[in-house]
Amino acid sequence: MRGGEALIKSLTDQGVDVVFGYPGGVLLPLYDVIYDSDLRHILVRHEQCAAHAADGYARASGKVGVCIGTSGPGATNLVTGIATAYMDSSPIVAIAGQVATGLIGNDAFQEVDTLGMTMPITKHNFQAMTQNEIPGIIKSAFYIAGTGRPGPVVVDLPKDVQELELNTGKEVKIDLTGYKPTKKGHPLQIKRAANLIANSKKPVILAGGGVILSSSSEELLKLSESIDAPVVTTLMGKGSFPEDHPFSLGMLGMHGTKTSNFVVDECDCLIAVGCRFSDRTTGNVAEFAKNAKIIHIDIDPAEIGKNIDVDIPIVGDAKITLSSLVKAVNQIKTGGKTDEWMRYIQNFKGSCIPRMSFEEVPLKPQQVIKEIMHATDEETIVTTDVGLNQMWMAHYFKSGHPRTFLSSGGLGTMGFGFPAAMGAKVAKPESDVVAVCGDGGFLMVSQDLATIKEYDIPVVICIMDNRVLGMVAQWQKLFYEKRLSHTHLGEVPDFVKLAEAFGVNAERVEKPGEVQEALRSAINSGEPALIDITIDPEELLPMVPPGCGLTEMVGEYKVENEDYAKAKYHKEAEERAGD
Amino acid sequence: MEDQRTHIISALVLHKPGVLQRVAGLFTRRGFNIESITVGISEQEGIARMTIISKGDEKVLEQITKQLNKIIEVIKVRDLEPETTVKRELCLIKVHSPTEKVRSEVIQYANIFRGRIIDVSPETLTIEITGASDKIDALIDLVKGFGIKEIARTGSTAMSRGIKTI
Repeated sequence: MRGGEALIKSLTDQGVDVVFGYPGGVLLPLYDVIYDSDLRHILVRHEQCAAHAADGYARASGKVGVCIGTSGPGATNLVTGIATAYMDSSPIVAIAGQVATGLIGNDAFQEVDTLGMTMPITKHNFQAMTQNEIPGIIKSAFYIAGTGRPGPVVVDLPKDVQELELNTGKEVKIDLTGYKPTKKGHPLQIKRAANLIANSKKPVILAGGGVILSSSSEELLKLSESIDAPVVTTLMGKGSFPEDHPFSLGMLGMHGTKTSNFVVDECDCLIAVGCRFSDRTTGNVAEFAKNAKIIHIDIDPAEIGKNIDVDIPIVGDAKITLSSLVKAVNQIKTGGKTDEWMRYIQNFKGSCIPRMSFEEVPLKPQQVIKEIMHATDEETIVTTDVGLNQMWMAHYFKSGHPRTFLSSGGLGTMGFGFPAAMGAKVAKPESDVVAVCGDGGFLMVSQDLATIKEYDIPVVICIMDNRVLGMVAQWQKLFYEKRLSHTHLGEVPDFVKLAEAFGVNAERVEKPGEVQEALRSAINSGEPALIDITIDPEELLPMVPPGCGLTEMVGEYKVENEDYAKAKYHKEAEERAGD
Repeated sequence: MEDQRTHIISALVLHKPGVLQRVAGLFTRRGFNIESITVGISEQEGIARMTIISKGDEKVLEQITKQLNKIIEVIKVRDLEPETTVKRELCLIKVHSPTEKVRSEVIQYANIFRGRIIDVSPETLTIEITGASDKIDALIDLVKGFGIKEIARTGSTAMSRGIKTI
């Protein structure tokens, strides 16, 4: 068996059924093996999309996604996707071709130091300097990518090792002495946490992406219901808790819901699970949850105490830890003291339900999202791009299940939404997949319309088309005296014609009611489709300016029922004042 | 940045190419201070010992050790207690010494500091000295007046006193 064959065999041994890739000079031997192999290879049209698709595949399925790119520019094009996966702890294995071992260091054609370049953006990376190492490297790569706090692993594969015969035994042994992911939370810490929760009057749970990665939504729901604590999420935690549940308050942070931001400010006990307290979640850290004792559960010890000082750290897998914590709190009788807190929260929440219905043309994003929700079911996987489209979706779209809301959180990679949707659809062909993109981000990856057409991957792309880099323009409007420097995108392209050039069905919608109709028929067609939705370029999202506390929101917070809101809020305020 | 102090971090790492780059890169990327770093083989085959001298408060130190532990090829990390740690550095100093008088003075200083002369030329003397960093600093200060041609310092390496190992 030669190196290339060993690589493909190692991949299939790991249960890999599909890879996203793009061939090149140094990958010729490997692609020659793929030619005869049963492994499904999807030829993307840009390596960045291969990495995002592998990432989307991983996020949707929980399995490790695989992408392949050639040496030099192939590897540098993968980098954005690898960094995206790294920031969001998504398990992918990226295989990069490399010049032959004898040429490494000579500045050979298409040579780049892939190992050095990807060191800070991978959980680990390997270079196979001999063919015999390949099986062990691939086995290790999958183990590292998929366990503990997941993350991307790069395998650098020189050309000559792909061609040389292996001369080792059958058995593949790996030795990862320095890698021992912590699994179980410390029992004493769990006990301390349970006591703190039992003695709190106003507990809140903050759920992050770790809840989804560890499949602990069920345990999260149990904890929330057994201690009567509402749940706020980070962007990455969206989907970890059903957002139609009365205890769900939505996303927290710079673009979070008013309820979440205020309730976290007021709580006396914050139970943070699988999150890393990013600056976008906390706002000014000195103001963050200043009345609360904080319990932080995370599998990565380095996340604990990194951004926020915590009172009770618990290092461990969220699933195991949450289930022990539920047991521990159930053993302590709490006795009805949280009634008042829940009543307060329900009233507060009722007073700031975002307004979703707008008759205006051009369309308001809230109306668009309402229609997207009507046209999809709870099994539908939605991906977002980055910017206002993403924050609108995070804020207004109600997600019911883990792994159905995919978004580039940490790195904020424009161009993520569409290729990630492609990967998600390949992973979950039975689910409908809708990519909600901005016009700016979509144009960064639009060449991959060719891929969804060629491979008949029926994702539906909804472009929130406002011809402006909305988020940057919002900041310019708010903080740079409306000096809109280079954020207007102009008249081109015509996205409908662009899609049609690739043979992808496309339609433009401009009026209320049309989005829902167009999306439903696009989904029902079973074919790839694009819907260009003209939206209001002036619509902004209320936000917390950088450096401020979470309650210092600016911008108009449009709510569903103004009168109700006023009445409820005032009544509640009076009652509280009377205490 | 209160409670800043110098820490001695000792780490056992796999003796493989790229490990030093991973460690050094981590310090740069996360903005951790690094005063010196030394690497060499350890008592176990295939495992190297790194000694990193870094300045920071307790919180920074906690992050450094946690982040180091996340590197797959790092096996163990310990922040050594200064009071119970022996720490040594090696330094070579090439001193300009063209006359008999200067040469004898330099040799005397070297002797006082338990240094050795390891190379002589008509124009220069090279001193080898081992010790704590401040002792080396003191000798350098003394011979500075004669004119120092070259200094090569290794950076500190360290281990715990007594039976304790990492």
